[in-house]
Formats: sequence, structure tokens, C-alpha cells
Amino acid sequence: MGEPVHSSNEYIQHHLQHLTLNLKTMTIDESGGFWVLNLDTFLVSIALALIVFGFMHHIAKHMTEVPGKMQNLVESVFEFVKNSVYEIFHENEVFIPSIALTIFIWVIAMNAMDLLPVDLLPRIFKAFGYPYFKSVPTADPNTTFAMSFAVFLLILGYNIGVKKGSLKEFLTFPFGPYLFPINVAFRLIEEIIKPISLALRLFGNMFAGELIFIVIAAVLPWWIQWPAGFIWGIFHFLIITLQAFLFMILTIIYLSMARASHE
Amino acid sequence: MDTAVIVGQVQSFSVLAAGLLISLAALGTAIGFGLLGGKYLEGIARQPELGPMLMLRMFIVAGLLDAFAAISIVMGMILFFGNNPFLNAVLFHVAK
Repeated sequence: MGEPVHSSNEYIQHHLQHLTLNLKTMTIDESGGFWVLNLDTFLVSIALALIVFGFMHHIAKHMTEVPGKMQNLVESVFEFVKNSVYEIFHENEVFIPSIALTIFIWVIAMNAMDLLPVDLLPRIFKAFGYPYFKSVPTADPNTTFAMSFAVFLLILGYNIGVKKGSLKEFLTFPFGPYLFPINVAFRLIEEIIKPISLALRLFGNMFAGELIFIVIAAVLPWWIQWPAGFIWGIFHFLIITLQAFLFMILTIIYLSMARASHE
Repeated sequence: MDTAVIVGQVQSFSVLAAGLLISLAALGTAIGFGLLGGKYLEGIARQPELGPMLMLRMFIVAGLLDAFAAISIVMGMILFFGNNPFLNAVLFHVAK
């Protein structure tokens, strides 16, 4: 693994490969096809979840009357999420704000891994013998589709379980009861496009950002890499927070729409 | 020699496709953001006290606008920098 990379194309390709666990042979190689687990995604996302939520849990357990700096930070994030939920969904309950907080904090933490230098984590893991490593979990479509699929199952659960008259609404909105195939088709398309667009939006933004960082590292000469990387990093910081916030807001909107009916 | 001609044709069409993907995504996003920003400024000019609330809504819509542009850019960049699937198909058939 120590030979120098000869062309920028190889460098870019090398940085776009996952560390895969081949489920058929249970070894770490790249020939698994569909039956692979992306170990780098698992590792980074679970580690980040433990760190960030463990931190918040620790702060919450040791709450004081006069808040310290870290407690202020956690409280302000908490209040931001609560106000965002309250603007859209006026009932007072725990489940939707909890999901919103989880999604917001976790997606921001995972996206922020993109601000580390491109070669940092892959070099560390190459020293341990693992050839490939992609350090941004949300640049893997598996992560984003997993999250949006979970939200989709929640939407379905709310539609079927909680809302009264959902079957009647499914068949008769918006064209009246006799045109029900068209109503069903509209409703199906609307429901299917929600998780697909959620997942692809986050994946597209993060993958494009990561790819531009890799291209800056591969193609530009060394004396211009810092300004170019800095400028793109500033812009990408906005994209990170905006995409996490947007995922949270859209989740809240879809869940609250699934609770109330279409009046 | 024949192989080089075919590979050249496939590559040139891939480059055109990647260019169209990225440029049309940029065009759509630019026009969309321009309209969005213009309406936001008009709203602020009419009622300045609604500033923060309108800015929040503007960011929500901006994130929605970004979505399909980002997907197009990803596809263009995969064609450009990643392994080009059209070229791989040609090379597979040539090697047989």
C-alpha cells in the first residue's frame, strides 16, 4: 500500500472507495458487489452518535441552576429545535421534537466530518492496514436512505394508525370518490417522492462537497490549495448546517401532515 | 485504431453530458435563488419587522431548491471524475 499515486484520477478514485466488509466471506475486501457493509460509515456514524449524544446526556444529568457554558449551548440547541417544532405543529408532545433533535444533531455531526482534511482519517487507517476509508457517513447513500426510510415508516405508521378516516381520504382526495384510481396514483407518488427526495438531497449536497475537496487536493498546485480549500470550506459550512436544518424541518412537516388531515 | 475511435466517441459524448448536467443545474439554481432573494427583499422592504421569520423561510426554500441541483451535479461529477460507466461498457466489449 505504500507506492505513490501516479495520477490525480487514481487519487480521486482512491478517495471515493469505501472500506467494505464482504458479507459472503466475512473479510475486508472490495469484491462483494451488493452484499457488503460499509464499515467506515458504520464506524464513524456510531462513534459520532455516542460522542455527541453522550455529551448531551452527561450535561443533562449534571444540570445546575445557574447554567455553565456547555449547559447553555445544549439548552439553546434544545430550545431552537423546540421552537421550530412548535411553529409547525402546535400540539404539546414529546415524540416529534425528540426525532427532530436526533436528526438535527446527528446530521450536523456527520456532515461536519467533511471539514477535516481529506487525507487525515484515510492515512491513519492506512497505518493500521485498511486501504480505503471515506470519512463522511452522509456522503454514503446508505446512511441517508436509512434515515429517510425510517421517517417514511413513521409517516406510514401515523397515516394508518393515528389519523381517523385516512382510508377514506386516500381514496377520495382530491378528485372526488368516483375518480379514485387517479387519487390513489397522486397520493402514492406524493408519498414515495418524500423519502427519495429527502435522502437524495442530503446525499447529493454532501457528496458534491466532498468531491470538490478531493479535486482541490488532487488537481491544484500546493500553493493555491489553502485559499481554495478555505473558500470552499466556508461555503460548505453553510451547506452543512442548512442541509441538516432542512432535513429536520421537512421531517417535522411530513410527520405533522401525517397526523392532521388534509383540510 | 478502431478501438480508439469508438472510445473517443464515447468519451466526447460523456463530456458533453457531464457539461450539460452541471451547467443546467447551475442555471436552474441561479434563476431560482435570484427570484427567491428578490421576493425576500421585497417582503423585507414592506414589513421590516418580519425580517428573521422571513429569513428562516427563505433558507428552507433555498434548501429545497438546492436538492435537484445537487443530484445533477453529483451525476455530472461521477461521469467526469469517477469511473465512467459508458466507457466501462465499451471497454468490456472491446476486451472480449
